[in-house]
Amino acid sequence: MDALGIIFSNIHDSNMPELTASRTTASIPFCARYRLIDFALSNMVNSGITKVGVITKSNYQSLMDHVGSGKDWDLARRHGGLIILPPFGVQESTSLYNTRLEALKTVTGFLARSTEEYVVLSDSDFVCNMDYTELIEFHNARQSDITLVYFKAKAQNLSGTNNIVLTVGAKGKVSDIQFDPDCEKGVELGVYANVCVMRKTLLQNLIADAVAHNKRHFAADILAPSVHTLKVYAWEHRGYFAKISSLQSYYEESLKILNKDARNSLFGVNGVYTKVKDSIPTTYGDSAVVKNSLIADGCSIEGEVYNSIIFRGVKVAKGTVVKNSILMQGTIVGENALINCIIADKNVVVKDRRVLSGCDTHPFFIHKSTVL
Amino acid sequence: MLSQKECVAMLLAGGQGSRLYALTSKIAKPAVPVGGKYRIIDFPLSNCINSGIDTVGVLTQYEPFELNDYIGNGQPWDLDRMYGGVHILSPYQAKRGSEWYKGTANAIYQNLSFIKRYKPEYVLILSGDHIYKMNYAKMLAEHKKNGADVTVATIEVPIEEASRFGVVNVGENGKIVEFEEKPKKPKSNLASMGIYIFSAEKLYKYLEEDELDTKSSKDFGKNILPNMLNAGERMFAYVFKGYWKDVGTIDSLYEANMDLLGERPLFDISDTNWRIHSKNPIAPPHYIGENGSVEGSLVALGCEIEGKVKNSILSANVTVEAGAEIVGSVIFSGCTVKAGAKVYNSIMAEDVVIGENSVVGSSAQPRKITLLGRGAQIAAGATVEGGSIVEGK
Repeated sequence: MDALGIIFSNIHDSNMPELTASRTTASIPFCARYRLIDFALSNMVNSGITKVGVITKSNYQSLMDHVGSGKDWDLARRHGGLIILPPFGVQESTSLYNTRLEALKTVTGFLARSTEEYVVLSDSDFVCNMDYTELIEFHNARQSDITLVYFKAKAQNLSGTNNIVLTVGAKGKVSDIQFDPDCEKGVELGVYANVCVMRKTLLQNLIADAVAHNKRHFAADILAPSVHTLKVYAWEHRGYFAKISSLQSYYEESLKILNKDARNSLFGVNGVYTKVKDSIPTTYGDSAVVKNSLIADGCSIEGEVYNSIIFRGVKVAKGTVVKNSILMQGTIVGENALINCIIADKNVVVKDRRVLSGCDTHPFFIHKSTVL
Repeated sequence: MLSQKECVAMLLAGGQGSRLYALTSKIAKPAVPVGGKYRIIDFPLSNCINSGIDTVGVLTQYEPFELNDYIGNGQPWDLDRMYGGVHILSPYQAKRGSEWYKGTANAIYQNLSFIKRYKPEYVLILSGDHIYKMNYAKMLAEHKKNGADVTVATIEVPIEEASRFGVVNVGENGKIVEFEEKPKKPKSNLASMGIYIFSAEKLYKYLEEDELDTKSSKDFGKNILPNMLNAGERMFAYVFKGYWKDVGTIDSLYEANMDLLGERPLFDISDTNWRIHSKNPIAPPHYIGENGSVEGSLVALGCEIEGKVKNSILSANVTVEAGAEIVGSVIFSGCTVKAGAKVYNSIMAEDVVIGENSVVGSSAQPRKITLLGRGAQIAAGATVEGGSIVEGK
């Protein structure tokens, strides 16, 4: 496919200060063995995009470590492949970019050097499996200038802020873009997924125009006014879509993958790629009891696990019960402990006989490498 | 970048493995899956890279396609190198005629030009059908310390079993004084593991001489090593301590898999300082449902388990439906065990489908391993008796 991918890795960091304390939004661990960027990257790779620029700003060591040369996504290429675009500091200005548009201004050189016809712009705060070839076919069929991806959601189910709501008419024409509008509960909304496609030359022109007019925000200052001046269409993603916008939504969306339909939508058709760790298969002891849980490889399970998401290399010792929890990579839970509604970040150690509990509306978060 | 390699490894992977029956109808023995996410060849390849040997020639001959495809450019083992790395060496056509590999020694002889490219001081000869973790660097250090011409890796076996192996009789300081191939009355319990380190020049000399000998069967154990012994070369035994299994038969392959189970497994591959590398499947985490139960087992990625799994190994993407039961079995990737089916003490190759309520294998006779070939389909309600072999598609 003749398209270039651009992924923003930091844009939503401030929404989830706990999870992004030492990482980017893109590198938040999700679904037992992935990081959020795996979904954005895999969607592009599975659609035939072979050149992806990842725009970074801060805290991106974990992201660099995760994506490496891009070979696990088949993006270690002599031509194109995965290209990390770190902040481009210039002498006159000492501050880094704050918005998506300012970030795009720093990669105008990258855009100018690229020869692809289209560009797919994607955030990295969502989990879904979608095919951009369909998106671009739709884009061409409608002779659209800008095509936005959206998903349908009930108003009361939207969490966090920065929800951009589209008014979508017949054949997908977008007539209005609103930011966090007040809506009655139960109303079904078309929510922008922060993924869009346009011709690369159009993006370059829009950026140049935005610079000339000192604009700051991509959605508010470029997309919203374009509804009146350009042909803006919206393409609906059907199937599982999770927008991770807060710790609470992270928790709820994680546990939703325990549902078979969600799992099939996410993994059933195209593979999701991630960094290979060469972990051994998970070992179950003779006393293990596991119900309704997703478990990665390299774990050692001797206790009981219910309704939980268990990342790589987690150890659950004998007599311990883990319920409704998310235990990230390398968490070790000692013997006869009880854990309920916990999100344990990487390498947490829970000692023997500890009893820890959050509740399903307020999961208890334990920071990386905490020993308790 | 250095312009030569101290030690080059040559991995003999051409064997058919006929005693693995249906498992090797279409693939070479080293490509046979083991331990849920590995293939046999992952063990010697991982040992090489973990021992600091980054140049490996893999000699293939029998059904090489899947093995070649699996090894690829060697990236999973960090063996994709600009100089060195892993190379597939198949029999080739040369100006003076072409021939298949006629024996282990002839296979290496035909690829001497590959070895000589790297100007090595030592050549390590490995076998592609052993499961073990071994630091070849330690063996090489001993080889150098002894000033040896060849060092043979050996392992102590119970004396009553020694007659199944090539037995090495040693004198002082581990110097080899005699070889006996499958002796009736073994004089020692040191069995040769089929792993040798040669000083390169000696290897070249004896391979070239042996090639001219029309009566030779072109085999390391039968020809090269006895010839060297007769000529009075310095030959030493290196005694390896640890787990080692020749997986040449269905029973030994089954045992090697079972040895990975338990809270203190006989063979522990969880050591992160000696990882066994492999090509990882692209699959989500595995899911255990409300009715599922897993005890004393290893489970790889992508499995969906609604039934009961006990003392078994499940490779990637295995589906176990509600009411199904898998006990004491080794299941390769992509298999489906449908609702109510029972599987006991079996090895199931890839993509086998077990129909509803059928019974495979015998729970009463755990030593009678049942073998199902790749893609085999067992009809609903059918019975497959313990110890039988079902050919795949």
